[in-house]
Amino acid sequence: MRYAMAIDTKKCVGCSDCVVACQTENNVPIGYCRDWVTEITDGTYPQLELEIRSERCNHCENSPCVRCCPTGASHYSDGGIVTVTHNKCIGCGACITSCPYDARYSHPDGYVDKCTFCIHRTQKGLQPACVSTCPTKCMYFGDLDDPKSEVSLVLKKRKWKTLIPEAGTDPHVYYLI
Amino acid sequence: MAKRRDFIKVSALGLGGATLGIPLISSLAKTTLEETRGDYQSMKRTPTYCEVCFWKCAGWVYKNDEGKIWKITGNDEDQHCNGRFCPRGTGGVGMYNDEDRLKTPLIRSEKDGQQTFREASWDEALSYIAKKLKVIAEEHGPECTALFTHGSGGKYFGNLLKAFGSTNITAPSYAQCRGPREVGFIATFGEGVESPERTDIRDARCLVLIGSHLGENMHNGQVQEMSDALDKGANIITVDPRYSTVASKSKFWLPIKPATDLALLLAWIHVIIDEGLYDQDYVKKYTFGFEYLKEHVKNMTPEWAYGITTIKPEIIRETAREMGHASPSVIVHPGRHVTWYGDDTQRLRAVAILNALLGSWGRRGGFYRPETASVPSYPHPPYPEPKRNWRDAFPGQYQLADLALASGICDATIPTVTRDCSFKAWIVNGTNLIETLPNQKNTLEAIKSLELLVVVDTMPMEITGWADVILPECTYLERYDLVRTSPHRKPQIALRMPAVEPKNNTKPAYWIARELSKKMGLADHFPHEKLEDLLDWQLKQMGSSLEEMKKIGVKTFDREYDDLFFLPDEDIEFFTNTGKIELYSSALEAEGFDPMPKYTPHEEPQEGYYRLIYGRAPMHTFSRTSNNPNLTDLMDENKVWINPKVAKEWGLENDQLIHLLNQDGIRSKFPIKVRITERIRWDSVYMVHGFGHDQRKMSRCYGKGASDTNLISRVHIDPVMGGTGMRGNFVTFQLDAEEVKS
Amino acid sequence: MREEIIVSGRMNPNIDPHLHIWHWQIPLYLFLGGLAAGLLFFAAYFIIQGKEDKYPAATKLATLVVPFLLILGLFALFLDLKHKLYFWRLYTTIRLESPMGWGAWTLMIITPISMIWAALNVRTFFPNWKWPFKFLDDLESFFLKYKKVLAWVTIFYALILGVYTGILFSAFNARPLWNTSILGPLFLVSGMSTAAALIILLSRSKEERFMFAKIDLVLIGIELFLITHMFMGFLASTQVQIEAARLFLGGPYTAVFWVFVVGLGLVVPAILEFFEIIKIKIPAVIPAILVLIGGLLLRFIIANAGQFSRWLY
Ligand SMILES: Nc1nc2c(c(=O)[nH]1)N[C@H]1C(S)=C(S)[C@@H](COP(=O)(O)OP(=O)(O)OC[C@H]3O[C@@H](n4cnc5c(=O)[nH]c(N)nc54)[C@H](O)[C@@H]3O)O[C@H]1N2
Ligand SMILES: Nc1nc2c(c(=O)[nH]1)N[C@H]1C(S)=C(S)[C@@H](COP(=O)(O)OP(=O)(O)OC[C@H]3O[C@@H](n4cnc5c(=O)[nH]c(N)nc54)[C@H](O)[C@@H]3O)O[C@H]1N2
Ligand code: SF4
Ligand code: SF4
Ligand code: SF4
Ligand code: SF4
Ligand code: SF4
Ligand SMILES: [Mo]
Repeated sequence: MRYAMAIDTKKCVGCSDCVVACQTENNVPIGYCRDWVTEITDGTYPQLELEIRSERCNHCENSPCVRCCPTGASHYSDGGIVTVTHNKCIGCGACITSCPYDARYSHPDGYVDKCTFCIHRTQKGLQPACVSTCPTKCMYFGDLDDPKSEVSLVLKKRKWKTLIPEAGTDPHVYYLI
Repeated sequence: MAKRRDFIKVSALGLGGATLGIPLISSLAKTTLEETRGDYQSMKRTPTYCEVCFWKCAGWVYKNDEGKIWKITGNDEDQHCNGRFCPRGTGGVGMYNDEDRLKTPLIRSEKDGQQTFREASWDEALSYIAKKLKVIAEEHGPECTALFTHGSGGKYFGNLLKAFGSTNITAPSYAQCRGPREVGFIATFGEGVESPERTDIRDARCLVLIGSHLGENMHNGQVQEMSDALDKGANIITVDPRYSTVASKSKFWLPIKPATDLALLLAWIHVIIDEGLYDQDYVKKYTFGFEYLKEHVKNMTPEWAYGITTIKPEIIRETAREMGHASPSVIVHPGRHVTWYGDDTQRLRAVAILNALLGSWGRRGGFYRPETASVPSYPHPPYPEPKRNWRDAFPGQYQLADLALASGICDATIPTVTRDCSFKAWIVNGTNLIETLPNQKNTLEAIKSLELLVVVDTMPMEITGWADVILPECTYLERYDLVRTSPHRKPQIALRMPAVEPKNNTKPAYWIARELSKKMGLADHFPHEKLEDLLDWQLKQMGSSLEEMKKIGVKTFDREYDDLFFLPDEDIEFFTNTGKIELYSSALEAEGFDPMPKYTPHEEPQEGYYRLIYGRAPMHTFSRTSNNPNLTDLMDENKVWINPKVAKEWGLENDQLIHLLNQDGIRSKFPIKVRITERIRWDSVYMVHGFGHDQRKMSRCYGKGASDTNLISRVHIDPVMGGTGMRGNFVTFQLDAEEVKS
Repeated sequence: MREEIIVSGRMNPNIDPHLHIWHWQIPLYLFLGGLAAGLLFFAAYFIIQGKEDKYPAATKLATLVVPFLLILGLFALFLDLKHKLYFWRLYTTIRLESPMGWGAWTLMIITPISMIWAALNVRTFFPNWKWPFKFLDDLESFFLKYKKVLAWVTIFYALILGVYTGILFSAFNARPLWNTSILGPLFLVSGMSTAAALIILLSRSKEERFMFAKIDLVLIGIELFLITHMFMGFLASTQVQIEAARLFLGGPYTAVFWVFVVGLGLVVPAILEFFEIIKIKIPAVIPAILVLIGGLLLRFIIANAGQFSRWLY
């Protein structure tokens, strides 16, 4: 099993519902976040292009954060989800600096936190909180190894990219373009 | 005698509230996931419908093991949200958690020659109001009172006011919002668009958005359906001087010169008639005045419109064809906040006409026929017949307005020689008039001439600073309200019930209105001690019960007839004078207005000035969410969008703080950060409405960004229905700004 | 114009506007680690060379300082940890891929070694020193016997520690500025140079000071070479590394880096040391102190600017 997420930049409106939904679902403290939204505008008025992306941990298959963690707190869980065991984490910050996507933050309680692909929900067969609330339904989640899963299907149908492929992290969050 | 009323910052109270804030928030945020989340399916959840905006999505409030509100999600059954809330609804928890909330009734009083607020008991506050109202009724008549309301509480206070003898009940969602649209559509189709809009976006093949910035305007169902339509390959045409989010998703973006939309619309009508792109059978069968229209637009060619709108003729033709080919599954969206330039009813008439020509009204992928579940009303004693109402202040004017004008009542509050009774008391429920009505000076003048201003609110917003009595309502998460019933594809109702007890000394509006009714001797208009009793009675009449609704939250009924769309060849009587869709409006003509829309040029900015346009950010609702901890976390200030060319001319940099100065010499109260972006035209600047609060008591939003309302001092009144056109204001920059310390 | 903005979230002060998770603790830890590594290296090297008496500050006095430097460094590391109660978790796993873990283990080994050296030298400075337990005396004689072996082990670990202080950064592919193999040697050499400087400060012997000024001059030369090489490498590399280099070539770090680190921390002391070598009288403490400050600043600036530099996407 290899969990993955695909986000349709053609439909995402940048509303940030995914960000608040994650914040409430996962008790992310005010002032911190596990996901965020970027907007990239290119061109000169009125010849313009806009790409909107909801971003989060890419659950890299070759993840520098897991590699650099001195205690093994950062590790791969079932389905390749990269998670942090709170009571193994010493808060050294190495994983934060190691992530090219700046996807991690230091929780005020000391440990490092980040997107978990809502493992507590996905294990029960539910969609991650952000996916299940997104008003434009522009996010897809599922198992890459299952050719019939929503993600596999949409990745087959559409053109996509990952972020900073040259960093060699092999991300599991895909952006439909 | 009019009494002078000064603005008091609620913080003048100086009661430790603010210091409580920070630890509360941090303790709230503390809990870590694995420990507190528990098994979510076993969690207690209660139904609600959202009050963060007026789309009123139905959802579920979940609590954690400690009984604290954890999260809010959509109800899958709900037609407004389809199980998915928008960011504001999801962040609604912040409404409840906001430590800056109003906590207890406050009465304006004098201390050491200074006006201040003192805390009061509910009993004292309500007695005070009842006494004042009695005096006003005796001296001036009860019809000199008015209710401004936006939100659920309006029903109860409306009932109270009508029982008292006044029908002056108004909402800013009419003359400051969708009034011209309703009037324009009623004049055309005999029916308004209503809320939620009856647009069948999900099945549209072509969606035309004129300024309507869906995706930033986060009215949930519409955004969802737009996304569905995109999935199904629909094409969007967006007309906006700004590269809006949806412009970036559109097949065509028409970067129109502001204030010239009517010319574009007329040119489109011209092309659609000229090239025979209209739905000929439909037009023949259902409409009145086609030949007049054809004649009327004869010279309104794309070439003519090009000179006005800066949109190239071939693009006008191409987009008209795009619509024609999608007909009748095409929506020329009527928009919602349409009070722009003062000729708005006529612009919306043009939109309605275009839809009529394309045959989209009553057709799949166009406009459906909504049905509303009717909730029985409990028998109540008759209301007294008022001697006057707000219309008497405007003899012969605004006859076509189908609802009361908030701005009209505000204007009529200021005494004049000819007026025999201006308004003496306002009850303001859930609307922050200071930031909501344009021309703040006028609003304040009206407020200062009042004898009584009662404000029912949840937050210490600007309006509360002018109140004589502030009544703190609890948030929607802490109360029952009447069931939601609104026009939609299927009749449907939704229940709101409290998830938690009201915080502090706050109360639901129903309770407040009922207690007040007792003190005013009008208790027989509120026969139910608890709203639950009334709800249960109503629900049982409808074949449900409070018990059932608590479990399901939303109940859908079958339509009476299977008539969501017109049947082929169906004979239809439209509610217009001619019984037809009026391309030529007999009603407008009768009132002395142009029966068919005409383009008239609007004023343009002078050298060094830029047109001030404004809109929504998806994560905020007007001014009401600007202090919400969850939502300020997403966006805590607005910025002024400036084109790079302009920025270069002025030597501006990103995030530089500047003041805006309008054509009347009004300077923004607070500085605002610059955002240099190609997404705005060089002749305009853009900002999100709802920021620049000057109430210190709102610790997160005080002085953050600037208020557009502040700068909208020139209002272009729509002569047809009294709407307040707000986009005819121009600003220039002052570079001497410093950071605001809160 | 291209506009790239984060429209929501990420108000996290540790991340935006630029990453700032490592404050002063980590660079201090690296500085002290590098300094200690250098001191141990010199001590061990000259012991192997049999020049203990010729260079007493390097081989004796300095070893007394090292344990304190290391413990101070470890303490700085400890202060950096945000979940301190779980500190011990560092030593329940061995994760060779993790430079942080590597460093923790290296320190775990080298700190006791440094203490042994200190213990062996303690009598030189406190002639009346007595071990409280007999077995400590035994141990002392044991290590005295195998002093040379111990010196070799020390050199080995000192080099690891010295290189590690640079590798901790360069292992982070995510920070373009750090992502260069030159950081390892650069920090190693810089550590040795600061060690030489400290020895100059500690030494009472002219000859020793002279020797270490010469060594330092060579080290500074190598450092300057490595720095030049590093920037040339960046500029010949990908866009992100060019951007990273720009932080120092016109960007916000330009002045501090070129004036304080390169100018006052390397070039000026080099000139002064050169004067000393050609026997032009200058107080030897001045270049030494400048080198120490420069070395400290180097780590602060690299740590800070590295967190500033990021991939563009
Ligand atoms: N300058 C400018 N003016 C505008 C607009 C604009 O874009 N720019 N938009 C116009 C439009 S389209 C509209 S619809 C109107 C909207 O205008 P309003 O409805 O006045 O909007 P808000 O400013 O959000 O004010 C809502 C008030 O309700 C309070 N409130 C929130 N929840 C509750 C509750 O549960 N109970 C009670 N009693 N009070 C509550 C809030 O604290 C706040 O004071 O504004 C119009 N005015
Ligand atoms: N997130 C969020 N969503 C909301 C609300 C909210 O407060 N927050 N409020 C709700 C309410 S009550 C309403 S009424 C709606 C309002 O939502 P809409 O009806 O969509 O809003 P408008 O304010 O009419 O439109 C703003 C857009 O008009 C463009 N514009 C400005 N001038 C012109 C012009 O001359 N011509 C054209 N073609 N475009 C122009 C602006 O660039 C901007 O993109 O939003 C609703 N949805
Ligand atoms: S909720 Fe969906 S549409 Fe909104 S920003 Fe997130 S991904 Fe985009
Ligand atoms: S995105 Fe960052 S945190 Fe997530 S797995 Fe990749 S490197 Fe680790
Ligand atoms: S902060 Fe925690 S998770 Fe990150 S590397 Fe250090 S121990 Fe591992
Ligand atoms: S998957 Fe879950 S944890 Fe990750 S961003 Fe979405 S809601 Fe947050
Ligand atoms: S659209 Fe959003 S804010 Fe409005 S009612 Fe629905 S969930 Fe609430
Ligand atoms: Mo509105």
